[in-house]
Amino acid sequence: MTSAITLDDVGIVLGGLRILEGISLDVRPGEFLVVVGASGSGKTTLLRLIAGLSRPTQGRILVGGEPVAGPSRKVAIVFQDYGRALLPWRTAAGNVALALESVGTPRAERADRVAALLAKVGLARHADKYPSQLSGGMQQRLQIARALAQGGWVLLMDEPFGALDALTRQGLQDEVLRIAAETGLTVVFITHDLEEALYLGDRVVLLGSHPGRIEQTAAVDLPRPRNQLGTREDPRFLALRRELFGHFAGHAA
Amino acid sequence: MSLALRSLGPALAVPAAALLAFELWFAATGRVSDTIAPPSQAFWRLAAGLADGSIVAMTVETLAATLAGLAVGGGLGLAAGSVLALTRRADMTARYVVEMLRAIPSIALLPLALLIFGFGYRMEIFVVAFATFWPVLILSHSAVLAVEPRLIDVSRMLGFGPLSTLSKIVLPAAAPRLATALRLASGIALVVAVTCEITANPQGLGNGLMRAQESLQPALMWAVLLWIGVIGYTANRALLAMERRLFAHRSDVDTSVAA
Repeated sequence: MTSAITLDDVGIVLGGLRILEGISLDVRPGEFLVVVGASGSGKTTLLRLIAGLSRPTQGRILVGGEPVAGPSRKVAIVFQDYGRALLPWRTAAGNVALALESVGTPRAERADRVAALLAKVGLARHADKYPSQLSGGMQQRLQIARALAQGGWVLLMDEPFGALDALTRQGLQDEVLRIAAETGLTVVFITHDLEEALYLGDRVVLLGSHPGRIEQTAAVDLPRPRNQLGTREDPRFLALRRELFGHFAGHAA
Repeated sequence: MSLALRSLGPALAVPAAALLAFELWFAATGRVSDTIAPPSQAFWRLAAGLADGSIVAMTVETLAATLAGLAVGGGLGLAAGSVLALTRRADMTARYVVEMLRAIPSIALLPLALLIFGFGYRMEIFVVAFATFWPVLILSHSAVLAVEPRLIDVSRMLGFGPLSTLSKIVLPAAAPRLATALRLASGIALVVAVTCEITANPQGLGNGLMRAQESLQPALMWAVLLWIGVIGYTANRALLAMERRLFAHRSDVDTSVAA
């Protein structure tokens, strides 16, 4: 089976600074891969490279077997800063419709698609509200709906829940897992929270800092669907957490 | 709002008292002047001029030239400012030309405009367009540069081309600042149009002001002056109200202090 995403010895130097070095990685179709790293490990840069928003100075990146030459409809991204990534002059429905306008979905079909996507992320009752009238968690749901509207099969998520409170974050973690299971999307999720990584991922990649490179990769062999109480108390979860935490802490210092 | 209403009383009381005192002084001294008229006569003359259509006709001439000049200068300024902000090379090339040309006082172009266009609307529109082009260019340039870079990322990810990015992302994002630019430019346009009429162009309110002065009719002169003030104030308030209404729900715009 071919990989959904392939990174082959990828590195990038920005302004004379080596941000990433020797990143080689294969993401299986439908896999939920989580990249964990401290700030300064270049994890956002890694995501921008896969998205085609930046070009590597070394190595090559393939998505669906094709070299990445720029942003593509196949790959959608959810940014961390939802407050800046949403269009403040458009309603929730209008923000989702934006992604349909770019593919040229006929106007008549758009309303139904938008309503279905908003319902999928639990925003059905908020279609006519502006982003400023939505909570942080709801704005992030909206960004997920817009990413889904793009109709790609790779979903990149850049610390999407980093700015949210713990309870909202857990609710959205389960939501993303449900959506990933329903849609079969290949997900690359970035976080600095090791527990979040273990809770979500099929596989966790630890990124070291200065320059960012892969320190360790661990398969997360925990049953799905996962559960905020049961999974986090599972002995395998705790064992992985202990093993990776030592590694993580040793390098973050 | 309630604060605005409460401050309205005192704000109006002072000029009203001054006008009243002025009026009483005229009545008491029985003075006749070639330069100033009692406020009541100015108000009366304004009402008469509006009723017989003479001031209305001047107003139409001035507003037509103001709006046409604003449309030409503002439209070109918006286009040039956006293009310069979006293309780095053009921006570097144009910088010095822009800095030099915008330093020319628009009124200094009057002799040139007269030579080219003669008297009438065209020369006035030209000068108003020149005067509004530069501030709108500079303001729309910075408005487009201030568009959130994350939104450009979003546009790229969704696969929008340059034109769609401009129409769906950049212009709506910059709209509040562009509206402010339009409001500031409209004030400049009225000032320049009236100045054109006072100094050269024989039409409109500015010319009416000059003729009133030359024919020693201070009441008419004060009436027209007052009327120009009313027009400028009304236009500014109307545009401000439009901005507040259009951008009320936008988290990225602080409409409460837009002034």
